This record gives sequence, C-alpha cells and structure tokens, in this order.
Amino acid sequence: MSETFSYYPGCTSHSTAVEYIDSCGEVLSALGIETKELPDWCCCGAASAHNLSRTLALGLSAFNIREAQREKADLLIPCAGCYNNLSRADNALRHDPEMRAHLEKALGFSYTGEIRMLSIVDLLAREELRPAIRARIQKPLTGLKVVCYYGCMLVRPAGITGIDDPENPVRLDTIMADLGAQVIDWSCKTDCCGGDLGMSHGKKTKELVNGIVDYAVAAGADCLVTSCALCQMNVDSRQNRIPIVFFTEMMAEAFQIGNRKRWWKKHINNPAHLFKDR
Amino acid sequence: MKVNLLKTDDSLLRRIMNESGQPVNLCFQCRKCSAGCPMIDEFDFPPNMVMRMIQLGRREELLASKAIWMCVSCETCGARCPNGIEIAPVMDCLRAECLEEGVIPADKTAVGLHTAFTDNVKVFGRLHEATMLMLFKLRDKKISKDDIELGVKLLLRGKIPLLPRRSKDLQKIRELFKDSGR
Repeated sequence: MSETFSYYPGCTSHSTAVEYIDSCGEVLSALGIETKELPDWCCCGAASAHNLSRTLALGLSAFNIREAQREKADLLIPCAGCYNNLSRADNALRHDPEMRAHLEKALGFSYTGEIRMLSIVDLLAREELRPAIRARIQKPLTGLKVVCYYGCMLVRPAGITGIDDPENPVRLDTIMADLGAQVIDWSCKTDCCGGDLGMSHGKKTKELVNGIVDYAVAAGADCLVTSCALCQMNVDSRQNRIPIVFFTEMMAEAFQIGNRKRWWKKHINNPAHLFKDR
Repeated sequence: MKVNLLKTDDSLLRRIMNESGQPVNLCFQCRKCSAGCPMIDEFDFPPNMVMRMIQLGRREELLASKAIWMCVSCETCGARCPNGIEIAPVMDCLRAECLEEGVIPADKTAVGLHTAFTDNVKVFGRLHEATMLMLFKLRDKKISKDDIELGVKLLLRGKIPLLPRRSKDLQKIRELFKDSGR
C-alpha cells in the first residue's frame, strides 16, 4: 500500500491503552502502511466534553482536523471514541454551515473537506488488504474461540461511523476469521459497557460488564476481542472471568511480531495462557 | 394527569429540535428506545417519556431529572428509532440547558466527572488521568474500595503515567474553552 496517513494516537495511547497503540504501530508497519503522527494534537473531548458543551466538544475535535488538514493526508484513528468524536466534528464542518463558520473563526482556519476520518478497523478490514494480512500470518490463531466486541463508539450513529451494520457489524469478525480464530456468534457485539461513567458509577458499570461477560462465557469464548480503549478498560477491570484483547494484539500474535508478552502484562486479566502451547 | 394539548407550550420542543437537529416532534411512543436502553434502571424518566415531556414543554422536570445525566450517549436508542431520532444529542441540549440555567443537576457525580475531565484538558490539552481522577475523587468524596484497588492495579501496570503530556498550541485550546463558556 502506498498511501500515507496522518495519525491521531489519542490520550489513552500513553496510558490505559498503551498495548493497543503499540500493537497498532507494529501491525501497520508489518503491512507496509505508513503513518505520521500529527505534529500537534489535543484530546478529542472524549465522552465528557459533549455533556457540557457541544461547541467545546466539536471545537476540540476540529482542532485536530485542522492539524490533519495541514498535513494533507487522511487521518487514521485507532481509538473508537476518538474516531466517533472526530467524525462528528467532520460531519458538522461538512454539513452545518453555521457551526462550520463558528469553528473556522475560533480555530483560524478554512475547512476544505479534502481529508477524511478513517478508523483503523475500517482500514484493516479493507478487502484489498486481506491477501496481505493472510500472507503475514506466521502462526494462525487456530483453536482460539473468540467473540468480537465492538461497543458503541465505532458503531453508532451509523450515519457518522459508516459501520457496515449497526446491529451486527462483522469487520472485526472477518479479520479474526482470516487469522484462523474460531469466531463465535453472540448477542452482545454492540452492547454498551457503561462508557466513561465507569470512572464515576463503578457499580453500574460492573453490572453492565458482567452482563456482557455472562454472554461471552455462555457462548464458549476464550476471550473478547475489541478495538475500543474504553470498552477494554471497563470490561478488563470489572470482572475476572475472561480476558479482553485488542484486535491488533491478536494480529500481532498471528504475525508473531512485537513485544507481545509486555503487552499482555498490561492487562488486568492477562491473556498469556491463550497463546501458550497452541 | 389531564393534558390540554391546545394549551401546550412548544417553545422547548422547537428549541431542542433546532439545537439538536433531531425530529423530536415525530416521536409516537413506540418505546423501542426504552426497551434497549442499557442505563434505564438509573433513569427517573425513560427515554420515550423524555421525548414526550419535551413535546409537552415539561422543562423544569427535565432539567432537574436524573435521566439527562445517566444517559451515556451509547445511541442504542438512536440506531433503532423508527423516526430517526438520535436521543444523545437531545440529551446534550438538555444537559447544557440545565447547567446554563443554574439548575442543580440531579447527579452531581456525573457532572463532577465531566467537569474534572474537561478542566484537565484545559490545563494540558490532553488528558492526564492521574491528576484528573485524583481531583475528581477528592471533590466527589465518594471513593470506593473497588476504585482504590483498580487504581493500584493500573499504577502497577504502568497505565497511569505520573507525568502529563501537553499539546503545543495550548493557547488555542484555551481559547476554545473560553469561546464555549467552559
């Protein structure tokens, strides 16, 4: 692939989802996809800013769109939450002339609409990448039973996220099946984990997470596979029955690349046993 | 309660529809939103009732409701609404109006989290979990055993860095806060 993307790592890239961003980097470079981190970026507003002010939430995300526009390359976004916020801001800039005028003035730029927001799941699930992914596999994930957990932010609203199907998305499933894993169908693909209220309403989050995990266990899964930093944190930290692994960690395992053992130790439910003696 | 629809005040409905861009007037109470809402047990009014209350102009009760702060914007409702209403942006409007009008929020903990979070971004441009969580929990004065255990686990795994990372153009970021009144 000859495309080069701008790259928006997001705040969790150096904290709660460090193993996600590290594994994204390894997988992208293994597939020959070039990325360049934005020279300057700020928080997208996450799940908090929009609760207090729509203008602030869109402004923070638009700051990053302004930076990406300067780089003249489509913006690749690994975190589902960041992807949702930046896509919402891009949508407002594209279709809401009043908000666009406001944001352009606040940020001192002129929106061209030439660059696009791209989630890493949508990139890696592209049909034309499948042969390259299959060719990189050193050790297929044969025998591993996985359920794919998409959560909310990558999925809804479909008009913003461009998801294949908001009730039954399959892009992660397709990637996992290509890696040789046994992908199990289940009911909670797009159920909510409690989101940012995990930090303030832990009891409720625990209830939601355990409802999801009940289904994953009943389906016979060895682990949940996700692409959302917040889902991973909530599900990993509120139960001790099953590991939840980032999809790029699974890819790195199949490719046998990266410092995987170090990533696994970052998990509260260490997934190391899944990958031993397979 | 008897509702006289001829005397209904539709100014709230018009304003919310304009600000959120959502066709709240189309809600015909199928209750798909409430059937799928993961947070409904925490709501005082289920989402379908919130839509009806907006149509009827029941502003005071809405702004003082717990529902507006317990909605996590998962958009399960929006994905299933036969009338194409996304409830999360509607909730955003109600939340903003609650704060602007100085109504005491029904769930101070949720507001405290969002405030601590955005305040932190105002300082660093990016989120610094350690200072954000510390300030939030100190102000909230509700630290559970689970919170402490989780904090220790994350610290031991190097997932809560002690030093913050900053954006370069902090001046512009602070202008964005000022511009939005936060």
